Amino acid sequence: MNKKFLLPALLLFALPLLPVPEFWITQLNYIGMFALVSLGLVLLTGVGGLTSFGQAAFVGLGAYSSALLSTRFGISPWLGLCAGLAVTMLVALLLAWLTLRMSGHYLPLATIAWALSLNYTMANMEFLGKYDGILSVPALQLFGFSLQGGRSIYYLIWVIALLAALGVRNLLDSRPGRAIRALNGASMMAEAMGVSTFRYKVIIFMLAAMLASVSGWLFAHFQRTVNPSPFALKMGIEYLFMAVVGGIGNVWGAFIGAAVFKVIEDQLKDILPLLLGSQGNFEIIVLGVVLVLIIKYAPKGIWPYGVAVCSRWFPAGQRRRDWDGAAPLIRRTKPEVGELLLDVVKLRKQFGGLLAVNDVSFQIHTGEIVGLIGPNGAGKSTTFNLISGVIGLTSGQVSFRGAAVGGLAAREIAQRGMSRTFQHVKLIADMTVLENVALGGHLRSQSGTARAMLRLDREEEKRLFAEAERQLQRIGMASQADQLAGNLALGPQRLIEIARALCTDPALLLLDEPAAGLRHKEKQALAEVLRQLKREGLSILLVEHDMEFVMGLTDRLVVMEFGTKLIEGTPEVVQASPAVMAAYLGTEH
Amino acid sequence: MDFSIASILLLDGLTNGAIYALLGLATVLVFAVTRVIFIPQGEFVAFGALTLAGLQQGQAPGTISFLLGLALLVALLDLVAALRQGRRPVNAILTVLQQAAAPVAIGLLGLWAAPQHLSLLLQVLLTLAIVTAMGPLIYRLAYQSLADASVLVLLIVSVGVHFALTGLGLVFFGAEGSRNPSFWDASFTLGPLLISGQTVIILLASLALILLLWLFFERSLYGKALRATAVNRLGARLMGISSIAAGRLSFTMAAFIGALSGVLISPTTTIFYDSGFLIGLKGFVAAVFAGLASYPGAALGAVLVGLLESFSSFWASAFKEVIVFTSILPVLLWRSLRDPHVEES
Repeated sequence: MNKKFLLPALLLFALPLLPVPEFWITQLNYIGMFALVSLGLVLLTGVGGLTSFGQAAFVGLGAYSSALLSTRFGISPWLGLCAGLAVTMLVALLLAWLTLRMSGHYLPLATIAWALSLNYTMANMEFLGKYDGILSVPALQLFGFSLQGGRSIYYLIWVIALLAALGVRNLLDSRPGRAIRALNGASMMAEAMGVSTFRYKVIIFMLAAMLASVSGWLFAHFQRTVNPSPFALKMGIEYLFMAVVGGIGNVWGAFIGAAVFKVIEDQLKDILPLLLGSQGNFEIIVLGVVLVLIIKYAPKGIWPYGVAVCSRWFPAGQRRRDWDGAAPLIRRTKPEVGELLLDVVKLRKQFGGLLAVNDVSFQIHTGEIVGLIGPNGAGKSTTFNLISGVIGLTSGQVSFRGAAVGGLAAREIAQRGMSRTFQHVKLIADMTVLENVALGGHLRSQSGTARAMLRLDREEEKRLFAEAERQLQRIGMASQADQLAGNLALGPQRLIEIARALCTDPALLLLDEPAAGLRHKEKQALAEVLRQLKREGLSILLVEHDMEFVMGLTDRLVVMEFGTKLIEGTPEVVQASPAVMAAYLGTEH
Repeated sequence: MDFSIASILLLDGLTNGAIYALLGLATVLVFAVTRVIFIPQGEFVAFGALTLAGLQQGQAPGTISFLLGLALLVALLDLVAALRQGRRPVNAILTVLQQAAAPVAIGLLGLWAAPQHLSLLLQVLLTLAIVTAMGPLIYRLAYQSLADASVLVLLIVSVGVHFALTGLGLVFFGAEGSRNPSFWDASFTLGPLLISGQTVIILLASLALILLLWLFFERSLYGKALRATAVNRLGARLMGISSIAAGRLSFTMAAFIGALSGVLISPTTTIFYDSGFLIGLKGFVAAVFAGLASYPGAALGAVLVGLLESFSSFWASAFKEVIVFTSILPVLLWRSLRDPHVEES
């Protein structure tokens, strides 16, 4: 662990030994348990761009499972924890499977319905004690010690909370973590890099649910009773409140949010009834208004302000360069030069009444650079998207290295060795250049979520970063590897896209307007890089508007107009063609 | 269960379904135009019912001062924004006063009318005016500046607004529930069925409103502007349709529909400050049936929800809510199989 966290951690663990009033220990226990839940929301909402209002219900699931098993059947709470986690995973899997294929807002809606249903179930089931709940839940035992008092369970709560936070931090800085960070707004790109975005959405939803379930288990054995009210929808919303207020994009935001919430809520519960002269849950007015204000005026929550203060003492560290001599990633067998690589036959795409691509056919052989040109609206980018599987085709066949790939998902096509860049650059702005490029190596590495959380993936990470750095060197961007991708100009960002595509070890590279936004010298350098790639046996299909760039670089050109292939041939043939001239410049009458 | 019980449950389900249909329509309307998933829809229901109850007792309900407060806050914010844009102070003040005139007039009218013990019809109209006027003000305060935010962010804001409004409901109306007198004491027998006048009113009013909405969207220019905004906000803006005006209009309509629903059901059941949430959510489930997109679909879904609720309250009354809200799961499954679609923001 980092040295700068040592002092706060020591302080945290010394606290119960000091003469701190019991009240504050209890508060800290709650903060730890709340933080565990909102940590899940940081991962789910802040990073993944999904959300759930049903986290309190998962807390309830964890609490009730263990409480029921330990009181009714005398089963050890540790087994109760496992049972709670198992039930939670089942429910989360079901909800995720039902909703995550659809647009993002169905998950929160389903979680609202689920939270209400579970709460009414708890409150009406005879064997769950209805509204009274389950009483006299046993205290936890650990190695013969009873964790009965607030000061002893404090350690368990905070060890679990901090380990969970470290686990999530580790996860975010890993192969699956980079895929998760792509979920929010860049899922099309991630799919093209071979990431199953659906799978990672399910994973983060389940992780968030499991963190909530563990918190519920702690809650049950800390309070020693459970009843439906702490697991109601209202609390589910309050967990989201904590995450948003603390800083939804950061692991430690969950802790700050939980602390702020607990302290403020207690104060409000005392003050507001006095002000208003009657009893009731008036604090929700303030919580609601604060939530709206935070989203409006400080969407990143309190945490960034904390960082701004702390960074004076703790400057942000750069990634340590530790991958020298790492074994290279596996490379795929490359097709022979001259072999038929891509065969597009009568490709067609219809958007309603608009025929965007009309029976276009062409071929690419290994080692060729083929340009796809045509006036605006000719259907070049659509053709690109059809070949790379980003959109589905209406009819026609595409075969790549002898296998039919038409109609396959982008991810499956990527797996076969076709990689692409995007016309509108799709980088993850808050990841470094190196990390963005490493995302391209997703399919060439295996580490899963659990390995990443436990930091068992470091060897493979070194290999990934070594490969990413190699690709950055190839396009001359190695010096900017540690910058945030969002801070770069458009030209360099396009180059990063190429490096990321190269990191997938492709046999065919699809470049969508790679030279747009580059200066003259940069274009020349890019053309040289592409020629070098060709010499290494790579094949390239590119869409480009810059005629000088295209004519000097490509072996062959395919010209499109109004969705139809106009002509195909060497740059000289195309330049001499009256049809092409008419398409670009119009005809004389 | 025999035929007579079944027909009673059927009627009950239809009546509730009619209310859910209205709320479902409002939800679809707001979502289509502004992409806001409007969780607080139900709060307008409670505000409508309880404001009427307050007027019935000859008191000025807290919603009136709330309306005045909202209008004042919006006026201040608008004034500051206008001055910051460098507009002439006199102009800015005039515009702001013009904007605030309607809600302030309604609020003051309410304050005057509350102790007068007006006829029920007038009180209903006043209630509708008070709650409807809140719609655009809430849009201005909570959503307007976030018009380009993601659905998710807008949803979180909705939850915040829901919290705030529920808590305020508790402040305004207290924890006790109220039930209003029936609008029409007549009752009809139809075979084994006893149909109360209130049921007739609910069904007729819902049908009339649905018809009006249809006319509005099909025949009026404003309706077409809203539809255009729903299809493509940028395109509509380029055609001179202000997306702010469209948002304001859709929130006004949502508030009106909510208030009307509240007024309509308040004689049939006791409404508490937080009852609106569950009622609104059921309208919501209906809207989800229709994929938050189709108006007839939402109406049909609402009737289904109403029937499901009334029949499950007969067979397993304790689990009525569980059954209604769990029913959203198979619907989601059906929808996800029907149109699997990943949204790219």
